[in-house]
Amino acid sequence: MAKYDFEIPKLKEYPEVPELVDGTMDHMETFRAKPEFQEALGFKGELGENWKEDAIEAMGDLLGKYRSLQVYLDSCVKCGACTDKCHYYLGTKDPKNMPVARQDLLRKVYRRYFTFAGKFFPKLVGATDLTEEILDDWYNYYHQCSQCRRCSVFCPYGIDTAEISMAAREIMDRIGLGDKYSNEIIGKVFKIGNNLGLPEPALADTLEGLEEDVLDETGVEVKYPLDMKGAEILLVTPSADFFAEPHVDGLIGYGKVFHEAGVTWTLSSKASEAANFGMFIGSYENMRKISLRIREAAIELGVKRIVFGECGHAWRVAYSFLNTLAGPFDFLDPNYPVPQHILEFTYGELQKGTLNIDKSENDHMVLTYHDSCNVARATRMGDKPGGQFEIPRAVIKAVCNNFVDMAPETIRGTTFCCGGGGGLLTDDLMEVRVKGAMPRMEALKNVIEEHGVTNMAAICAICKSQFTKVLPFYGMDMDMIVSVHQLVSNAIILTGQVSEDDEDGADED
Amino acid sequence: MSFLTITFAALFYAATAIMIAGLANKIIQFAKTPAPLKIPTTPAPTTQTGVVLRMFREVAFFESLFKATKWTWLFGYLFHIALFLVLLRHLRYFINPVPMPIEIIQPFGMYGGFAMVAGLFGLWARRFLVDRVRYISAASDHLILMLLIGIGISGLSMTFGVHTDVVAVKSFFIGLMTFSWSELPADTLLIIHLLLVAALMIIFPFSKLLHVPGVFFSPSRNQVDNPREQRHVADWAKKLEE
Repeated sequence: MAKYDFEIPKLKEYPEVPELVDGTMDHMETFRAKPEFQEALGFKGELGENWKEDAIEAMGDLLGKYRSLQVYLDSCVKCGACTDKCHYYLGTKDPKNMPVARQDLLRKVYRRYFTFAGKFFPKLVGATDLTEEILDDWYNYYHQCSQCRRCSVFCPYGIDTAEISMAAREIMDRIGLGDKYSNEIIGKVFKIGNNLGLPEPALADTLEGLEEDVLDETGVEVKYPLDMKGAEILLVTPSADFFAEPHVDGLIGYGKVFHEAGVTWTLSSKASEAANFGMFIGSYENMRKISLRIREAAIELGVKRIVFGECGHAWRVAYSFLNTLAGPFDFLDPNYPVPQHILEFTYGELQKGTLNIDKSENDHMVLTYHDSCNVARATRMGDKPGGQFEIPRAVIKAVCNNFVDMAPETIRGTTFCCGGGGGLLTDDLMEVRVKGAMPRMEALKNVIEEHGVTNMAAICAICKSQFTKVLPFYGMDMDMIVSVHQLVSNAIILTGQVSEDDEDGADED
Repeated sequence: MSFLTITFAALFYAATAIMIAGLANKIIQFAKTPAPLKIPTTPAPTTQTGVVLRMFREVAFFESLFKATKWTWLFGYLFHIALFLVLLRHLRYFINPVPMPIEIIQPFGMYGGFAMVAGLFGLWARRFLVDRVRYISAASDHLILMLLIGIGISGLSMTFGVHTDVVAVKSFFIGLMTFSWSELPADTLLIIHLLLVAALMIIFPFSKLLHVPGVFFSPSRNQVDNPREQRHVADWAKKLEE
């Protein structure tokens, strides 16, 4: 941590809205994508001479394609309802991190070039020409938004800053100013199949290793198949699940649940990534191309169902957009929703009673649960609104005895983002990530002190990685973040499992 | 016809035309622009009926704003509901004979004017007192509040202070609608009141007052949460599939 020289926000007993301090984050700039990465995604390599005209043209194109953008840019009344709702504002005090001010960076240019008032009375309505300074602001501050939609909950018109951020990133990409982190990763997905660039042999190797681990531990042969034709279920999971901690413990859990449910399943080396960074950069075309891999893999493997692993923004693209981008899925079993979330699957099995659970295996922990922003505010699980809050909690409570929720204004529909979502999970944005995590850290610290919480469960690869990284900045242990299916994995007693007491009895004395 | 009457007749025809044409233009634009992806802020209703209810709660009670900040909700709600009453009350200047419900609400509408102005001052105070709201306020945000307060105070002054000839005012407006023009009383307060109202009508389609049609077109509020059940594809996106 020594290499970072910024002040870490203090955690308070009660949340406080800070007074604004101008420009605290205007130095924050993520690395720019090299021309070759830009061009691979169909964007301009770098800024050309006519970048201003290009930007205005791109804005006009998007205004005609996205009702959200058009309506949201026109409808804001500057009431201020959103100003204290963004975790990045609360953590950084930078006024440009207030949702409305972030939107205004684009809105003032929109007004100047596309509205009567802005063309003829720019000063009156706060409209400005597009300049290099504004472009810098766009680049800095649209990469300080995790597209978590918390502001959209409180806006009287439902204005969603995520939509504005996505449009701004798309405009910048089109004129040749892209962000290295997201665009390089999308390139890897197209080339190799996943964000981390893990080729097929490495995946096969990892999965074999998992099979051995589970066999050693339980004496049961649980399979973690790759590219198995004719399996019933295609599991699409974030590539971090293949090796990162605590992600991989979740993957072990998925396998155990499938095993006990008696279904055949497989991973795909072609669609070895659930995350879809095309959403982060607001690019419909790239998001669609990434989604089509999943459709192709499902057809090639001849599966009947598609299930997604624990991943937040991925579940948004899967639940809300997959049918649009890569549907229709009429070749799959119509008795199941397409796609399904692994938690919907596990919850169903728990209801049916197919899983043998020993809750006491998790008795060494007192758990709380972090609602991932995009799962909470952009998706659903099950058939009732709010299932995305109830089902994960129901699963956790089914496998753990000790569970406590954090403060109500920080969970469910008003949950705080982990601070690393939306394409911000890169080391060059560490200051934004640490400061943006403040509201979640504060709520967590309070339940640790009041209720003796020892661990926080999450269902998103980004949340898990982000918390692992930022918890130590706030004096908490990086290992306290766990996967929900890790808890399931701990508690599940596989059919024919060798009991731990028989094997380890001697060790405990 | 006095010069004043001719000027105001022309002004109100123009203001009405600009407001209607401008709003129609924006509403057509909002309606024509596709929403290519399902983006309701969840938890969201899973049926169309549910969406109508959600929108009703939003428009009738400012549900989201209530969740966000109680002060802004209080002042904002007070202003809007009072404005609604005041507008209803004013229908008596445009309809002959005056319908019973409009008769009944007259006293509420009269005192509603005070609530409206109080709400506006509350909203304006926030633009000075809360540093975050001060930061995001442009000149136009202050001017619109001043305009509305001006309309409220000039109206209240006529109701409770220096009366104008309301019978003549009514025949002026009925005359405008039936193209049989009659004289407008030359009272200063009335002139101010009507000038400000005409200004408000003219800026409506070019300003943040577009939040009025905007809220109904907001995809995060008006979409049904059913993306897995129903495939939703915009026309421009269909071309990518060919």
